[in-house]
Amino acid sequence: MNKQALLNKVEQTCMKAEVPFFEIGDTVDVHTKILEGNKERVQIFTGTVIARSGGGTRQMFTVRRIVAGEGVERKFPLHSPRIEKIEVKRSGVVRRAKLYFLRKRVGKAVRLKERRTKQAANSR
Amino acid sequence: MVKGILGVKVGMTQIYDESGRAIPVTVLQAGPCHVLQLKTLERDKYEAVQLGFLDKKRPRGRRIRPSQASRSERGHVANLGSKRAKRRSAGGVKPPEKAGCEPKKFIRELRGPVDGAKVGQQVTVQSLEGVKAVDVVGVSKGRGYSGVMRRHNFAGQRASHGVKKVHRHAGGTGMSADPSRLFKGIRMAGQYGNQRNTVRNLKVVRLDPENHLLLVRGAVPGPSGGYVVIRETNKVG
Repeated sequence: MNKQALLNKVEQTCMKAEVPFFEIGDTVDVHTKILEGNKERVQIFTGTVIARSGGGTRQMFTVRRIVAGEGVERKFPLHSPRIEKIEVKRSGVVRRAKLYFLRKRVGKAVRLKERRTKQAANSR
Repeated sequence: MVKGILGVKVGMTQIYDESGRAIPVTVLQAGPCHVLQLKTLERDKYEAVQLGFLDKKRPRGRRIRPSQASRSERGHVANLGSKRAKRRSAGGVKPPEKAGCEPKKFIRELRGPVDGAKVGQQVTVQSLEGVKAVDVVGVSKGRGYSGVMRRHNFAGQRASHGVKKVHRHAGGTGMSADPSRLFKGIRMAGQYGNQRNTVRNLKVVRLDPENHLLLVRGAVPGPSGGYVVIRETNKVG
């Protein structure tokens, strides 16, 4: 068997069977399991998805939000077992795959126009 | 027999453990191998098991290419019934044991006691069951004739302040009229890579006997597709 096929097979074993659907520009809630002492709790990070990168088990996504006037970005591994759940709250109209231009924007300019899809309308 | 096997480096990736930590792993295709020959103290003055990995093509016509098994390579793994062998057995010489498999591309010996190993026996990844860590031997990627900055991580010299055309050179290599020579072992430019390297004590992350795969934590010398020798680590503790 060729090398790539073998690698894919290995990666398959620790990838999530079903990855929640979300797109660039979506506002999402990322539920992360974190260890505090020896207690586990879920932390929620809310923000806009501005990038997805990598493939296979290494796929990452970047979420950006503004906290107290300061931009905060967190990069999550998509297939990590610590990522419990990704909830799409709102979809934005975007025309590119990387929304790095948002980094230069402050205040109201950060907002993205909402995209209303059938799916989103049904869930609301 | 020493716990070891031959294989091919497939590539690197990352997987997650139960606690959600990402582990960098090298995927190795290990075996199945055949035992081709046993080296014994009486005959060879040392003990080793010779393994062969991956079948080598048999020649189609009269011309034998380097990628195809020559007659001597075929004769190494099976009895060809040559005239000489017939004469020898008629003279009472016992023919050596043969594995009876296809000729092999990659043949290496594992030094150590032979006990239990048999010529022709198959060795799979399962033979590494219970092994916590392994040593992996491979041939590193060749980098050609490299300068001291790449080869020995020298710092080089300054970009300005009077430095002329020697920005990537080494500084001094020795003293003056006394001793009027260089000491041996001064690090200089030269061939870098394409050299046999051993990485010791790589933790075994997973065994996959179904696909003949072995996952070890960390990097292994050589390109993806390069041949490697895997054996139980000799590092203590």
